[in-house]
Amino acid sequence: MDSTIFLFLVQDGVINGAIYALAAIALVLVFAVTRVILVPQGEYIAFGAMTVAALEAGRTPPTIWLLVALGVLSALAALAQNRRTLGAGLVARIIAFDLVLPAALAGLTVVLAPLKLGPAVYVPLAVALIVPMGPMIYRVAFAPMAQASVLVLLIASFGVHFSLMGLGLVFFGPEGIGTQPLLGGDFSLGGIPVTGQSVVVVGTTVLLLVAFALFFERTLMGKALRACSSNRLGARLVGIPTTTAGSVAFALAAAMGAISGVLAGPIVTIYYDSGFLIGLKAFVAAILGGLVSFPLTVLASLGVGIAEAFFSFWTSNFKEVLVFTLILPVLLWRSLRTPVHAEED
Amino acid sequence: MAARANAVAALLALVVLALPFSGVIPAYWVTLFNYIGIASLVAIGLVLLTGVGGMTSFGQAAFVGLAAYTTAVLTVQFGVSPWLSLPVSLAVTALGALLVGAVTVRLSGHFLPLGTLAWGVALFYLFGNLSWLGAHDGMSGIPPLRIGGHALTDGRQFFVLVWLAVVLAVVVAQNLLGARAGRALRALRRSAHAAEAFGVDIAGAKLRIFIFAAMLAGLAGWLYAHFQRSVAPGPFGVNAGIEYLLMAVVGGAGRVYGAILGATGITFLRDQVQDLLPVLVGSAGNYEIVVFGAVLVLALQTAPNGLWPILFGPPAPAKIPARHGVSKLAPRARPERGSRLLEVDRVRKNFGGLVAVNDVGFEVRAGEIVGLIGPNGAGKSTTFNLICGALDIDQGAIRFRGESIAGAAPQRIAARGLGRTFQHADIVADMSVLENVALGAHLRGQAGMVRAMLRLDRDEEARLLGEAARQLERVGLSADAHKPAGSLALGQLRLVEVARALCLDPVLVLMDEPAAGLRHGEKKALASLLRELRADGVGVLLVEHDMDFVMSLADRLVVLDFGTRIAEGVPATVRRDPRVLEAYLGGVA
Repeated sequence: MDSTIFLFLVQDGVINGAIYALAAIALVLVFAVTRVILVPQGEYIAFGAMTVAALEAGRTPPTIWLLVALGVLSALAALAQNRRTLGAGLVARIIAFDLVLPAALAGLTVVLAPLKLGPAVYVPLAVALIVPMGPMIYRVAFAPMAQASVLVLLIASFGVHFSLMGLGLVFFGPEGIGTQPLLGGDFSLGGIPVTGQSVVVVGTTVLLLVAFALFFERTLMGKALRACSSNRLGARLVGIPTTTAGSVAFALAAAMGAISGVLAGPIVTIYYDSGFLIGLKAFVAAILGGLVSFPLTVLASLGVGIAEAFFSFWTSNFKEVLVFTLILPVLLWRSLRTPVHAEED
Repeated sequence: MAARANAVAALLALVVLALPFSGVIPAYWVTLFNYIGIASLVAIGLVLLTGVGGMTSFGQAAFVGLAAYTTAVLTVQFGVSPWLSLPVSLAVTALGALLVGAVTVRLSGHFLPLGTLAWGVALFYLFGNLSWLGAHDGMSGIPPLRIGGHALTDGRQFFVLVWLAVVLAVVVAQNLLGARAGRALRALRRSAHAAEAFGVDIAGAKLRIFIFAAMLAGLAGWLYAHFQRSVAPGPFGVNAGIEYLLMAVVGGAGRVYGAILGATGITFLRDQVQDLLPVLVGSAGNYEIVVFGAVLVLALQTAPNGLWPILFGPPAPAKIPARHGVSKLAPRARPERGSRLLEVDRVRKNFGGLVAVNDVGFEVRAGEIVGLIGPNGAGKSTTFNLICGALDIDQGAIRFRGESIAGAAPQRIAARGLGRTFQHADIVADMSVLENVALGAHLRGQAGMVRAMLRLDRDEEARLLGEAARQLERVGLSADAHKPAGSLALGQLRLVEVARALCLDPVLVLMDEPAAGLRHGEKKALASLLRELRADGVGVLLVEHDMDFVMSLADRLVVLDFGTRIAEGVPATVRRDPRVLEAYLGGVA
């Protein structure tokens, strides 16, 4: 291997790693706030890329029907869960968020889609279509069992993943898609060609990570989320509604997922079920970071991305095998460092 | 009674095994039931792992695949007899489980599922990419099983074999759950602190049950390969792994029969949904997965313990095996009365900036009752947990029977004869009172999982459960021995805790507010029991809020306030100590 190939692989790895980092950060965030290990994170990625692909072609993305369907489901769930304390305000809120908002977004999309207004319009639109799905999924699946053990939540999370992946097939079909790069053109950096898209990926990721840090350090909502993650009961006692915190965390995760999808679309072919594998690699990174530390998670994501790039260069058939086997030595290392103490669910 | 139930079960099993030969059942259903039986084996393993042990694996399908591929390679490429490849397949799955389990069982709950998930994905891609395993096409031409010269190619004959394996797995699993090793397993999830305090090797128990569950999956994989006569990566992916988990969860995550119920339900559901959904939706596709996911979430929301307990109620309590001529458990050699049992020497514990226990020192001798008292937040419970090994000390020394136990695991401290009760009753709610108490005698038995499964532990079980029954009688709860512990009132649970601690045959008992929630009569009975223990030469350390109770019992009192020892002495002196009065009643200045 010469240095050109080496640098090229590193570049490739960093780009993949940046996408994993976004997903992994979302996983850590959601886990910290709600204790849910968000397996469906991958679905947002697939939905994001698929939506952009449809908008790019001037078609109305099927995402709007998925959103409307989830909205109806979420409204029904919310009505059923709050049937004893139902007031006019709550009903109005449910109608506004679960029915009117999706319908409005759907209407907007139907109008805008055929106009082909370019990425400046359709990228935010795609993200906007996916973000409300986060809180909807949280309310339907997880809020009713917020007190369950991490294990039970994890199993439920897989249930949600399966349903969403199946719905992805129903709404988007089995064909793979690729989208146009957001920034065309190549240029040379130290002798190796760098694509515009890789700059976009890395730039966006850095920007989002900084925004994330500011959100948690500077805003009241960010601090409330941190409070929920360090002590749920305490947070509730000082008046932070943990269900709202959960919804916000899920919305943020959906946004990160959708953006990851937009970024990944031009790099790899995305199928309705591609998100799962991307999400799983983000998992490996999140676990390497211990499911708590954001900076460690970002580093681990880059590590996973670079490892994957080199594995696929050396032995492309076994790259998945090797990437997922990476987790074992890390778990061993963590295991040796952890004192054994009883824990209960 | 039990004999009759066994006879009924055996008869039922015979009828089921003979059913396919009656000609009433179409071949299609026989095949379906073969798959149900194979899935049941995997689900039984998951029930033990998830429902009982509180761990989860998404990688069971990978273990099924590992065994299936092992036997495929051995029989197709090396011409080995399938009967010889069975032990090899089981050994290979056990080895895989040992590898994954060894690195994850010590970590907190969610690392095992994620570890198994990664392992499952890795193995799936490995199967699909190794050319000598046929890559994505898999391997075909696997020989059928043969008995004598007869090949089991007929689905009905295979049915007998599959369901014999299921019956065997059920018997073995039930034997396990009813015995010493099973009680330890059942405590892992609901009452891990107690399990550890009575000497259960938590990581070891988790690892062993993980390996056993994997071996059941391995058996399923071996059957699958020789029934299907071909293997391909598809059925061993993560989706299949989740489906097995779904079976265990829906059927009844804590119940062995629930696994069969779940396997039957899910296999039927998939069969029906695959036929029905394309008609409803109008096109073919993988739609059953949407329904599956929704069913899983709904099941967890509405019936987190699965369908079996809803349909058939709680498990039957264990009966004491009737054994004649079985001796009692041998008692421990007691230290001489008045000898020093516990020495707490200038112990300190910080929580962040807070000094919870500040250079506290005292001792407990054999045959005396020492009361540890103090207002709320004085550091009593922290001191208590430091002694038991549940927390690590920052400074100082704790010696128990002359040996330092600071930093020692609770299991080791328990083995030296320290029994304890918990402030918040730490019991397994759906296990009978008797079995909960018998957990206390864990260290006084040896029989492990294998002996329990094969029922080679009956004499020891009779001794352990007999001891538990005796201790229950001592605390006056004999009448409740076979009730689920969760059905008892709080005061009674405290007594269950006391009986469990006595089952350890302790030389020193630590009791965290044993009288809280007891009625007057129960308190008097407990007090006389404690006096009896003292008379036997047992040392007792009592953390208690009930002043009358502790004053009337204790030989000496140690008073803590804000983590510091402010007084020590006989109750009459301590009662008049000005610093004690100030701590309890506020300043009198």
